[in-house]
Amino acid sequence: MNHYLNATTAALQPSGIRKFFDLVATKKNIISLGVGEPDFVTPWTIRESGIFALEQGQTMYTSNAGLIELRQELSKYLSVHMELDYQPEGEILITVGASEAVDLVMRALLAPGDAVLVPEPSYVSYAPCALLAGADVRYIPTTAQHEFRLKAADLEKHYTPNAKLLVLNYPNNPTGAIMTREDLLEIAEFVAAHDLLVLSDEAYADLTYSRQHTSFASLPGMKDRTLYVGSFSKSYAMTGWRIGYLAGHPELLQGMLKIHQYVIMCASRMAQTAALEALRSAEAAKTEMLISYNQRRRFMIEGFRKMGLDCFEPLGAFYIFPSIQKTGLTSDAFVNTLLEEENVAAVAGTAFGPSGEGHIRCSYACSLEQLEEAMNRIERFVQKRFK
Amino acid sequence: MLEQDRELLCLIEQDCRIPPEKLAVLTGLSVDYILEKIQQWEDDKVIVQYRPLINWEKAGQESVSALIEVRVQPQRGAGFDKIAKRIQKFPEVRTVYLMSGGFDLTLIIEGKSMQEVALFVAEKLAPLDHVQSTATHFVLRRYKQNGVEFITEDETPQRQAVWP
Ligand SMILES: Cc1ncc(COP(=O)(O)O)c(C=O)c1O
Repeated sequence: MNHYLNATTAALQPSGIRKFFDLVATKKNIISLGVGEPDFVTPWTIRESGIFALEQGQTMYTSNAGLIELRQELSKYLSVHMELDYQPEGEILITVGASEAVDLVMRALLAPGDAVLVPEPSYVSYAPCALLAGADVRYIPTTAQHEFRLKAADLEKHYTPNAKLLVLNYPNNPTGAIMTREDLLEIAEFVAAHDLLVLSDEAYADLTYSRQHTSFASLPGMKDRTLYVGSFSKSYAMTGWRIGYLAGHPELLQGMLKIHQYVIMCASRMAQTAALEALRSAEAAKTEMLISYNQRRRFMIEGFRKMGLDCFEPLGAFYIFPSIQKTGLTSDAFVNTLLEEENVAAVAGTAFGPSGEGHIRCSYACSLEQLEEAMNRIERFVQKRFK
Repeated sequence: MLEQDRELLCLIEQDCRIPPEKLAVLTGLSVDYILEKIQQWEDDKVIVQYRPLINWEKAGQESVSALIEVRVQPQRGAGFDKIAKRIQKFPEVRTVYLMSGGFDLTLIIEGKSMQEVALFVAEKLAPLDHVQSTATHFVLRRYKQNGVEFITEDETPQRQAVWP
């Protein structure tokens, strides 16, 4: 039946993780560092409010843009934590996770002939969404040498005149990289000079260590050019609720709202109610999780460095992206053999783009006990290859 | 209190058996700093004691706990302190709190049987000078204690094995 699929869908590559996933599924008793979601269960106060919403019979559609109370609370949150000024009416749209928001932005802005600049290694959904919108993808390689930060010089080198949109994702999946205000200013200058729009996927904005997160839209002149994508998934451990949001210029958002209105109608009401509770009363729970991630993060850096692997310090999200080049293995060979010999699953850096070669992505969203056991096994595995 | 010290103290409170070297990795503090800090906290009785939280019921040891509300007559010049100090000396008394509201002291008493607890209240506690009345509530089931759930359902997250 394949020939019924349209050419774009047929040409879409299945996620690079898929094959590995199937392989992992055949194994028992593995420790997986391959999971891009929190190991915590959603804090109780949030879960309880979801249950209460159901008990109250809150089971109907909400307005297309989402519960106004939630948008109001988000407006406050963005102002306090991100130094952003977005109005609840017209500038904020509640979506089915950051995932839907990414799709909305691409579909509303892009047309055949346009190009999207995607720094890589990157999270896996940007390129497919761009392709589905008919646009071309131009990858911008980032490197360990610059701790996987995006440099204006690299943008310059790979720029194409039909570029319309630049994707930024800091804190970054898969590398754990962040961008400081200075790093971002350089990019802002490039964006203004080339009249680009920016999709800033800040799903991990709350998960930064040692430094306050700088939101791209808060830079001078960048608010109108930025589509801010946020998520409750990571910071509040709410991945399965499927709830996120999009903020931006009202005229752009109006276009995205049209798509959302016809395709989704509205995000789940129960999830919206729970998200409201998250903003109102889960600050302490969020901080507890952050402290815990930070402890695990330090443990992982120390572990990889002790093994003798090069590893830059990731300052965001819950990923660490060590170089495994010293083992002489490619990323793919490393993760496959590691799974085979030691029952530990990590993701090859190349699943996120060619610049991920020589690296593996390990998520430290696992209990410390699991991380300790996993690191013992990885160490044994690596030592055998060092000689 | 420094944020880093709070974090250190929380780690120790959760599990006091974590060796200093591991505490150092987890917090990013030096081993020397941690040792010095712990010594200081022990000296200042910030860290009062190291002891495990035991689920005696699971261990097969029958015991009975009761929460007792006590009304007392405060004493001139000593308020509630004098009587509270007198009560806390009894080994059966595990916990003593001064309360706001309808009564004055909350005690948590432990004994081998209901009878033993009842006897303690009748013979030791109630007759004390300045104790005006007591109300004894026996504990039927221990769901959670010291922030730890004793009766839990398994909440192991059902995660996908690999996810982008
Ligand atoms: C960078 C990034 N953006 C977006 C998402 C999707 O998040 P959501 O659950 O809000 O759709 C993820 C999830 O892994 C992610 O890592």
